[in-house]
Amino acid sequence: MESKGLQEALPPLRAQEALVESNRCIFCYDAPCVHACPTHIDIPRFIKKISTENLKGAARTILEANLLGATCARVCPVQELCEGACVLGADHKPIAIGRLQRFAMDEVPDRGPAVIPIAPPSGYKVAVAGSGPAGLSCAGELAKRGHAVTVFEKRELAGGLSTYGIIGLREPVETSLDEARMIEGLGVRIETNSELGRDFGLPDLQGRFDAVFLSVGLGAIAEMKIAGEELIIDGLEYIEQSKMNGIAMRIGKKVTVIGAGNTAIDCATIAKRLGSGQVTMIYRRSAEEMTAYPHEYEFVKNEGVEFRFLTQPVKVLASAGQVTGLRCVRMELGAPDASGRRSAHPVAGSEFTLPADQVVKAVGQRQPWDELGLARSRGFIQVNEDFETSVPGIFAGGDCVRARGSASTVMAVQDGKLAAAAIHERITQGAN
Amino acid sequence: MANLNINFAGIRSPNPFWLASAPPSNSGAQIHRAFEAGWGGAVWKTIGPPVLNVSNRYGAWHHGGQRMLGINNVELISDRPLEVNLREMAEVKRAWPDRAVIASAMVESKPQAWHDIVRRIEDTGADGLELNYGCPHGMSERGMGSAVGQDPEYCREITSWVMNAARIPVIVKLTPNITNIVLPARAAIAGGANALSLINTINSIAAVDLDTFELTPSIGGKGGHGGYAGPAVKPIALNMLAALGGEGVTLPISGMGGITTWKDAAEFLLLGAGSLQVCTAVMHYGYRIVEDLCDGLSNWMDAKGFVTVADVVGKSLSRVSDFKDFDLSFRVVARIDTGKCIKCNLCYVACNDTAHQCIDLVNAAGQVVPPFAYDVRSNGKDESTATRPQTRVREDDCVGCRLCYNVCPVDNCIEMVEVPSGREPVTWDQLSTSNPEVTQDWEAMKAYREKMGIHVH
Repeated sequence: MESKGLQEALPPLRAQEALVESNRCIFCYDAPCVHACPTHIDIPRFIKKISTENLKGAARTILEANLLGATCARVCPVQELCEGACVLGADHKPIAIGRLQRFAMDEVPDRGPAVIPIAPPSGYKVAVAGSGPAGLSCAGELAKRGHAVTVFEKRELAGGLSTYGIIGLREPVETSLDEARMIEGLGVRIETNSELGRDFGLPDLQGRFDAVFLSVGLGAIAEMKIAGEELIIDGLEYIEQSKMNGIAMRIGKKVTVIGAGNTAIDCATIAKRLGSGQVTMIYRRSAEEMTAYPHEYEFVKNEGVEFRFLTQPVKVLASAGQVTGLRCVRMELGAPDASGRRSAHPVAGSEFTLPADQVVKAVGQRQPWDELGLARSRGFIQVNEDFETSVPGIFAGGDCVRARGSASTVMAVQDGKLAAAAIHERITQGAN
Repeated sequence: MANLNINFAGIRSPNPFWLASAPPSNSGAQIHRAFEAGWGGAVWKTIGPPVLNVSNRYGAWHHGGQRMLGINNVELISDRPLEVNLREMAEVKRAWPDRAVIASAMVESKPQAWHDIVRRIEDTGADGLELNYGCPHGMSERGMGSAVGQDPEYCREITSWVMNAARIPVIVKLTPNITNIVLPARAAIAGGANALSLINTINSIAAVDLDTFELTPSIGGKGGHGGYAGPAVKPIALNMLAALGGEGVTLPISGMGGITTWKDAAEFLLLGAGSLQVCTAVMHYGYRIVEDLCDGLSNWMDAKGFVTVADVVGKSLSRVSDFKDFDLSFRVVARIDTGKCIKCNLCYVACNDTAHQCIDLVNAAGQVVPPFAYDVRSNGKDESTATRPQTRVREDDCVGCRLCYNVCPVDNCIEMVEVPSGREPVTWDQLSTSNPEVTQDWEAMKAYREKMGIHVH
């Protein structure tokens, strides 16, 4: 099969398509799609604005609730959120909310102060560590309220996982960078190559700023502690390479991806699209328990990716430093564990070898490093209802606080938005 | 299979569907194709004095992604020479003896001019003649068209000139651009007309261009009122049709104004139309639509047990009444089928904002909850759909206005259910006679309501 590459999978809606689709929306009152959206974008309102060809108004409606509307329009699991709740879904086809949102964002490229009103300077300063979705959302929301925000980003480019960690066929790098530039356009300063814990410490930020927001995300893919693990490629690095330098990327002929979450799905898709003849995903539990969404599972099956459930790797086989296979053991399911999913146990004597010349792991990210001296909850940074950590004036949001619930871009955006509201209250009222 | 043949004031056609006098019936070649497609008749585009048309003639009203719910035009009567039209009319009639070929004419308001045109039309073998008293633009500025239809005396006089000369059936086409359609209708009858047709197009301005601030269509920067037609005018046409029936007009009436489907057609028949004329739907989709007009009408007639079109004509006229004769004690309430309801809440917001505030949102525990009651931190399709309240009508407070029924996007989800009011039937007319003070004095009305148990919300 000819490779379809990693360009954006869904083409943008043309104006006429958007008009027809927007007119299909029946304009529910207190609409279920709005409730289902973690940022509660007023979806019927922006869709009706598309239908009246008020695209600037549509863009503003989206951005009022979610400054990262362009990213969310592409990466949100809409089947599980807004579109999944659409009242037309039961008997017809739900409204293509994600694609309409993307249309409204793309058609209004200048989404800075021309669309988003900015309050006069307040004189307050806030530091944000990490320029992923939570950080940019929080920074933008604070900038709207007139605060001077500086975002510190350890990488060369802003955007966090949107830039580096989401497969290009869902979100191209340019979309993420455009969005970071839009946030800068609201008055936010982004300092790249500037890492908390390396270039400066938390006390430095506390001294220079009125409040701090930590949106540092999570670490590299977790260790599996198996022999030969150093030969396994980190799934996030695999995605990053495909986005930053896909042409030079080495793709195995037989690729095995360990894990069955969103990142694993992206890795398997990359391997398939960039030319691997055989891609196998292995997961120690069954299809029931995997964290990938049903639509993602369908998608990669259609790409030709194979699945081996109830399979756990035990050792990477190699010859002269080159992977030749993965030694695995069969698993069986037991009682539910702490995550609520059924636990898996190895079946004695069931070991077998899967031939592979490239092994990628995507089994969840490491928890945030522990050097900040903040209280933790199940390994994540502990925050209260206002996203404030155990240290007053230091707030946190995004994946680094996601002890519960699904880690997703839109959840991070909502964290940033709610945290910004709390930070604003705190610094303007001087309560501490 | 129902028999769709009609005999309209002596004009026979194999089905009741005629092309209205308009662009679709502009030439012999077009009407020839229309008859091949199955049209029962055609009223030829109006012939008369020399004219010159302008370029850019149609404006349209589009809504919600639907094209051409209304169309307006500033096209004049036929701009083809009279001789050409008359020759083609004769050719078409010869080729299609079973179809109705009806001429439409409009000439200078002089007896001789009308006598001449009547004679020349009859020479073609046409089955009938329609007098265009309705064209609202251009021709009316020259004292023709709606200038005639809007003046009952003029209408009567010219009709009588025509009737003096005509041997074929004469239909007078009425303009809707008047306050009371009955007056010109009676004038036409007084002038001796054999039949009436209505409605011609309605005065209108289609749109204003938001970039140029010019009217649409813009004729070199200028625009003006044009004749409005299409699906949007159907209710106006039905009302005028019913008004004539209600006033005891027994002359055959050819109905038109927004007929697009066989359902529209059946409604016109039920309110007294003996033949049906179609223009806009044909201009939108072409002659081919006649197939479903006939097929759908025939199937509906079979289902309802009607054998001929004449059996249908006027069947609903006995239902046409006035407010003063409606039963004030008749009571319906809205009932929502929760099995069909998709929980869009359109009924809720319509009732709450603009009607009588009698639809509640009820949660799974049966409690009435306000809209937007969910926690801002909750999300996801499961949480959204599982916690979504159900709309429920408080029937005691429902006045049965039927707004919710009309806004509901799901067919048969909201039903208007008749419930006993517990009061004897009474009309406003009867009340005005039996308790005149109640109809004149608010205190008396209050006492009457209390006595009868009428609660107004």
